[in-house]
Amino acid sequence: MNLFIVNSSIGRKLVMSITGICLILFLTFHMSMNLVALISPKGYNLVCEFLGANWYALVATIFLALGFIIHMAYAFLLFLQNKKARGNNAYAVSAKPKEVEWASQNMLVLGIVVAAFLLLHLYNFWAKMQLVELMHQLGVNVCGDALSKSADGAYHIAATFQDPIYVILYLVGLGALWFHLTHGFWSALQTIGFNNQLWFNRWKCIGTIYATIIVFGFAIVAIAYFVKSVCC
Amino acid sequence: MEKSINITLKVWRQKDAKAKGAFETYKLDGISTDTSFLEMLDILNEKLITERKEPIAFDHDCREGICGMCSLYINGHPHGPDEDVTTCQLHMRKFKDGETITVEPWRLAAFPVIKDLMVNRNAYDQIIQAGGYVSINTGGVPDANAIAIPKPIADEAMDAAACIGCGACAAACKNGSAMLFVSAKVSQLALLPQGKIEAAARAKAMVAKMDELGFGNCTNTRACEAECPKSISISHIARLNREFLCAKIKD
Repeated sequence: MNLFIVNSSIGRKLVMSITGICLILFLTFHMSMNLVALISPKGYNLVCEFLGANWYALVATIFLALGFIIHMAYAFLLFLQNKKARGNNAYAVSAKPKEVEWASQNMLVLGIVVAAFLLLHLYNFWAKMQLVELMHQLGVNVCGDALSKSADGAYHIAATFQDPIYVILYLVGLGALWFHLTHGFWSALQTIGFNNQLWFNRWKCIGTIYATIIVFGFAIVAIAYFVKSVCC
Repeated sequence: MEKSINITLKVWRQKDAKAKGAFETYKLDGISTDTSFLEMLDILNEKLITERKEPIAFDHDCREGICGMCSLYINGHPHGPDEDVTTCQLHMRKFKDGETITVEPWRLAAFPVIKDLMVNRNAYDQIIQAGGYVSINTGGVPDANAIAIPKPIADEAMDAAACIGCGACAAACKNGSAMLFVSAKVSQLALLPQGKIEAAARAKAMVAKMDELGFGNCTNTRACEAECPKSISISHIARLNREFLCAKIKD
């Protein structure tokens, strides 16, 4: 095969497509899991316990992290190659045709916003939950209070989203994610070749609906917990 | 009904491939809206020659919209603001009186400027030479029903074959990708029985040549499809991806 996923443009795009689809599947799972916190905080904590520093959760985390890292590394590689292909002289006047989505031309910028949001999110939750348990298991001394709350996801959600600044930051991150997904979804399928004239509009429509459901599912939890903190 | 307009042109002038180019401004008065864009440039060149100045170099040949020789990035659009036509089929009625029109060459690492508005599109020829053909002589026109080809497939092959290889797709692409051109050439042959046999080898060879020549990676922005004077669809890119990936997985 002569490593076509590195050496050929379509192969490199395939890597973006496959990792992107994996990340979309992860988002679907994550969003469904979060909805549990709306229905039953207790049930949500059971999920958190199940996804603590257990071997299967850690293996899944490693694969997930790999997915993110490969997707981002290839994004920068493709960006640099495409910049070189564009040449040194930029057009003095360039107009965007109406068929071209804004998101499709700004995927890297949107991706960087999403990545920044991801870092914030890891700091808010992962660093206080799975990481604490993992450190504890590795024999690092962690304070007892942090350890006792490491599987109390509902507490961390409530603690984070009582702050309106975090709610706004999360909504901005989710907005960028929505734009990223509306293009990413059909683009991933186009790259694999699962597309034709008939399916083009179908995939685009399905992708927009899918992105909206995912982003709405995430946003509603943050907003609901913020409202709860204000009212109660 | 004839009408005439006065326009200002900002044209990219570049002495040769190595020189540093710059825009020059020209004023043209009383241009009939019935003249084509290239005829307007001819009028400007006549004027420049009588003034003993160097005329503007630009590519053109058939002036019927079928040879793919004319180019020009006009007001931010390859082949100008009109839809589904080449520059030679663009008319001055698409512009307003007193308008400033910016005319640039294709700007792409793989299409270096030769002079003024002329670029070297030899890269596309090299991609065709890498595999954009059928290796055997398929003879004369066969009896209509000797090889049955469903109408939708024949139509799609014909739509792909409409590509004139002008380079507008790569020129419009923010990634400098030639995927629309390559996919049209792969599709047009892969859909028909004579071309199908070599489809996998053709896709691999043409994509390899495209990458080697320094074209970018397609990110499906659809600017190519929107600007293509022959309305080639990106569904051909999906077919190229399919052909290429299947061929690579089989290897």
